[in-house]
Amino acid sequence: MTDRNVTSASPVLAIRDLSVGLKTRTGVTELVRSVSLEIRPGERVGLVGESGSGKSLTMLAVMGLLASPVTVTGGSVTLGETELVGAPDRKLRALRGSEIAMVYQDPMTSLDPLQRIGEQIAEGLRAHGAHRNEAEERALAALAEVQLPDPHRLARAYPHELSGGMRQRVMIAAALAGNPRLLLADEPTTALDVTIQRQILSLVARIQRARNLAVLWVTHDLGVAAQFVQRLAVMYAGRMVEVGPTAAVFGAPQHPYTAALLAAVPSTTGERSALGQIPGSPPEPGNFPPGCSFASRCRQARPGCIRAEPALEARGDGVAAACFVPPAEWQP
Amino acid sequence: MNSPAEQPGSMPGTDASAVGASGPTAAGPSAAVLTAPVLAAAGLVKVYPPAGRAGQPSIALAGVSLELAEGACLGVVGESGCGKSTLARLLVGLERPTAGTVLLQGQPVTNFRRPELARRLQLVSQDPFSSLNPRLTVASALTEVLLVHRRVPGRKQAEQRVAELLDMVSLGPQFASRLPHEMSGGQAQRVAIARAIAAEPQILILDEPTSALDVSVRAGIVNLLARLRSELALSYLFISHDMAVIRQLSDQIGVMYAGRFVERGPWQSVMSAPLHPYTRALLTAVPEPHPDGSLLGSADDLAHDAPDTGKVQVAASGRTGCPYFPRCPIRIDKCLTDDPPLEVVTGAHEAACYRAGVAVESGGVPAESGGVPAESGGPPGERA
Repeated sequence: MTDRNVTSASPVLAIRDLSVGLKTRTGVTELVRSVSLEIRPGERVGLVGESGSGKSLTMLAVMGLLASPVTVTGGSVTLGETELVGAPDRKLRALRGSEIAMVYQDPMTSLDPLQRIGEQIAEGLRAHGAHRNEAEERALAALAEVQLPDPHRLARAYPHELSGGMRQRVMIAAALAGNPRLLLADEPTTALDVTIQRQILSLVARIQRARNLAVLWVTHDLGVAAQFVQRLAVMYAGRMVEVGPTAAVFGAPQHPYTAALLAAVPSTTGERSALGQIPGSPPEPGNFPPGCSFASRCRQARPGCIRAEPALEARGDGVAAACFVPPAEWQP
Repeated sequence: MNSPAEQPGSMPGTDASAVGASGPTAAGPSAAVLTAPVLAAAGLVKVYPPAGRAGQPSIALAGVSLELAEGACLGVVGESGCGKSTLARLLVGLERPTAGTVLLQGQPVTNFRRPELARRLQLVSQDPFSSLNPRLTVASALTEVLLVHRRVPGRKQAEQRVAELLDMVSLGPQFASRLPHEMSGGQAQRVAIARAIAAEPQILILDEPTSALDVSVRAGIVNLLARLRSELALSYLFISHDMAVIRQLSDQIGVMYAGRFVERGPWQSVMSAPLHPYTRALLTAVPEPHPDGSLLGSADDLAHDAPDTGKVQVAASGRTGCPYFPRCPIRIDKCLTDDPPLEVVTGAHEAACYRAGVAVESGGVPAESGGVPAESGGPPGERA
């Protein structure tokens, strides 16, 4: 892999202390708490966590797609120099599809079942100022770029005529047709078979490198994160508990949750032994315990862990973790 | 459907004898592989009628034979549309096969009345909430099973047994009074497993029991299933799309494609020395949780990997040749005309491939456009 050196450029997307909450009559229920993350041009960054960890909400917040009563309750999201939090809808709509592109898990919810594929992609381009003929040309080019066979025939097809993998390629084509700087993806390969997933991931990686695109990839799949992103943030109970380069985080996890999660993943190689288990289940969003949210399930927890919330602290190798107990002191 | 040709006595003569779950060469750890199968299927075919006016009938199973040895775990792996869930439903008698027989302890499964069947064979499916009555507490749901199958003499004993069952699936006694919606997915799946074992069956058919679960929860269920199997001497037919999960539990692994087994053998052989090009494609595509670049690093060989139709092309009427032909990187002319049978290649390791074990040569592969099946409306697939 020849991924460019991405550390020098200024970030395409900067998330700072982002919090998301559910506003009720009695107050605000916190769902996402103080997420900070930067993505530079040419960088693939992963947001990893289990259900309810806040990873998808974080992404919706970045896109400005939270629906009341769930709102951003603090922090900022900047795209280049532009602040997205609190920006008017008109401005966000203009950015979505041109500067920011999105793909989701289920393409059928984003594709119009009654409109031909080519028209749908062209429509998006026309909304951002392209003329009719130009839009059609670019739609065909976009379908070709995602390696769909016979783009002319496909452009006339309806979504239901395509397989899941082809639909996801169409979604990626539509997302990238506007030549965005940032691609946000929420589990776009989760519903696909692994052989198709592999093709989609390779395709996105190739286009991403060629365009020096910044990518934020939300996934629950540690395997996908390990293979696809260069940096990742692990989320638990609405917080980032560990963030750093993928190789460093997987090689020597600094947070007990990351370590436990990795031990729980079966592999197709190596010793066949019992999987690591994490007792209990993650706290429900809005019902996060005081102190460290993971403490009640954590083998390394100490009495202090339920009283105070550990902050993200640098641990070397570009990794930061939110834990009071350093790995050197962990019980086996 | 019980034509004379499908009598149990004809079993050894059919290709079911080549299934290889038994035999001294089997590398499986269980001594049980030497005993008679508790569950067997011979030549199972399932054809669904056309979905629409213009549609074609879809062939979900195109001739599946298998033997499940007592105390063994046969893992069945494959992607969507390969027929693995149809196989599960035929084996538990939820659907009738178009052709072929299912034998439970040597007798046609159709000879059993439903409660008798349920005392021998239980299904655990992907979504526990759809199999649990939303209005019944855990205790009521388990008690119902215990009483219907007379696994306890009366309600008083049922109460104690419910506590035992909950303990077996590592749920505390407080779960007895819970309703399904008061539980997480993992807890509900434990209850579904408790309900299955409450009937004291010999066999569990596990259809993607961990697929809807989060990573940390999934590990607990996989470990639980492994423990219950040894504690209760259960036989498992474990169905999953996930190679890594299949590997965790199985003695034998069978790989399904287009409604049939294309490879089957001891788990070590299938995982470390796969014979069929589809098995190899499947294994290569598993995103390993180690950042070794293995998934994208070898992206060059994707040019001749599965064409992106996403749907397995189940043999349609009048079609000849190997169903994997369109996607196969090592195909030869013969594969277009002849359909390779499942045959023993080494020891107990079988494959349905004329080129079994042949490595993919770099460069010398068919062009992707060559055999890409056109995406037609309504290709056959699994019924939900």
